[in-house]
Amino acid sequence: MSQYYHSIRVNPEKCHGRMRCLRICPTQAIRVRNGKATKIEERCIDCGECINVCPSGAIVPQTDLFGELTRFRHTVAIPSPALYAQFGREILPGKILGGLKKLGFDDAFDLAYTCGEVSFAIQEYLREYRGPKPLISNVCPTIVRLIQVKYPGLIDLIIPINTPREIAAKNIKQKKAKQYGLPEKEIGAFYITPCPVKMISIKQPAEKGKSHLDGALSITDVYGPLLSAMEGVEKESYRKALESICILGMGWAMVGGMSRTLRLKNSLAVSGLTEIIKVFDDIERGKLRDIDFVEAYSCAQGCCGGSLTVENVYSSHNKILKLIETLEFEKIKACPDIRQVRKLYAEKYFFLERKIEPRPLTPLDEDLSRAIKKRKEKDEVYKLLPKIDCGACGSPDCLTFAEDVVLGQAETDDCVFIRIEKHEGQKHHRETQS
Amino acid sequence: MSEDDGLVQTFEITGGDFNRAGRVSIQIKDLLKEIGIEPEIILRAAIVAYEAEMNVVMYAQKGHFQVSLTPASIRMIVQDEGAGIPDIGLALQEGYSTASNAMREMGFGAGMGLPNIKKNADQFEIVSEVGIGTRLDIVLYLNKAKKE
Repeated sequence: MSQYYHSIRVNPEKCHGRMRCLRICPTQAIRVRNGKATKIEERCIDCGECINVCPSGAIVPQTDLFGELTRFRHTVAIPSPALYAQFGREILPGKILGGLKKLGFDDAFDLAYTCGEVSFAIQEYLREYRGPKPLISNVCPTIVRLIQVKYPGLIDLIIPINTPREIAAKNIKQKKAKQYGLPEKEIGAFYITPCPVKMISIKQPAEKGKSHLDGALSITDVYGPLLSAMEGVEKESYRKALESICILGMGWAMVGGMSRTLRLKNSLAVSGLTEIIKVFDDIERGKLRDIDFVEAYSCAQGCCGGSLTVENVYSSHNKILKLIETLEFEKIKACPDIRQVRKLYAEKYFFLERKIEPRPLTPLDEDLSRAIKKRKEKDEVYKLLPKIDCGACGSPDCLTFAEDVVLGQAETDDCVFIRIEKHEGQKHHRETQS
Repeated sequence: MSEDDGLVQTFEITGGDFNRAGRVSIQIKDLLKEIGIEPEIILRAAIVAYEAEMNVVMYAQKGHFQVSLTPASIRMIVQDEGAGIPDIGLALQEGYSTASNAMREMGFGAGMGLPNIKKNADQFEIVSEVGIGTRLDIVLYLNKAKKE
């Protein structure tokens, strides 16, 4: 078994080697060999960009199916607030949770509430924090992996507050086990996820502990059955339904939501990997020191833009925004009690159970002198290449190809331009000989 | 190992080109990551490279940035053709800056550039002649994690 679990697989039967994934991958983790895409496991950060661009549907996210529920005596659905973003003000969270229970879960838990608690906990942490800045949110597992792999120097900036989904799952399992007199392992906690990457944070947490969640079902799989299930759910009064919503938690469904609902004065909200890479480059160069907190999501617009959501990204973003505005207008207060959160915070309830360690890419060579030598060779190979990044060799760009050659994973002749040149040269040689 | 065995890369920087500013430091940082330099040293090198690069962009017409890497050290030599620094002692003080208002509005010119380089380098030499230009010679050692 490979050292890294990934939530994305390539199905070689469906892959036609059309190279869209090769070009879009932000960590150069894909190669096309013998006409099929393959992944370098160490480099993949499970961002899901390749799933979105594959024209053949050959890149498949790995999430759980409803059948997984039968493994447990008691099951609880914990939907990402991005599920609420699919419906907005038209169908409020109370009804959605009711629908989930009709789908076969024994209970459904409002994660937005825990998100609200964690928002307060982050506020507390930022208030007393005096170390290097800016701190970076860890709710998006792709961001955490991007830092581990490509920005290991920024690892200490990841905020050590645990994610709401993990805190909620832990808490629920303890409570349910007590309530039903069952061992905790008989309680199944399932995340309803907007993206495949949450799956790896469950199977292989970045901090190397064990996740409290037992699996994840995608919003795309749940959406259809949920729509029909909700038809039978009795409607609460609008005001009552609004009052049960945690405004702080709603913000977690979209980028900038956390900063807005917490009214953070000095934070940045960034989404989309290309944008995040620019921001991380700046942080690494010592810029942005005056910023307290960076809310970062791999998907454009935040979790509501996940690759396993149904609604149009901008529409779901707008739905959450309008819902937040409605709550603000109606002056509905955030539901977690801040005094209670402060008490739990003091008891270290919100903190990550383990430290997140960096996972830098294997260098050109473990030995420094040899690595420098190989880097020089890479420059030499690169000089020979056409530098048009055509990808025909199966590497994403000429520079990466040069590296693949130096590492012995490709040969210069794999470059069509070098082959043509050689061929022309031989022809010329033959002609002048005769 | 002699200097000849090292890896040398050179970059040209255009003064006033804020569009492309910062690219040299990103390339240097990526290079160090590929070689497998410790993250802590990469962070310091990235800060040093960025500040040196920005000094050229802000105060010179053009500059030549050379980085050489051996198993023992990273050395950066930045030679520019520009205004030069009349009082180096003053320029090395935190908060001292001759940046224009426009530069400050862009978030530069906090007077931390040269002090930041000095703080993060293991060896730092600066020579400057008014009206001619400035030469920075910066070394970071690889065999010890932190500057003592």
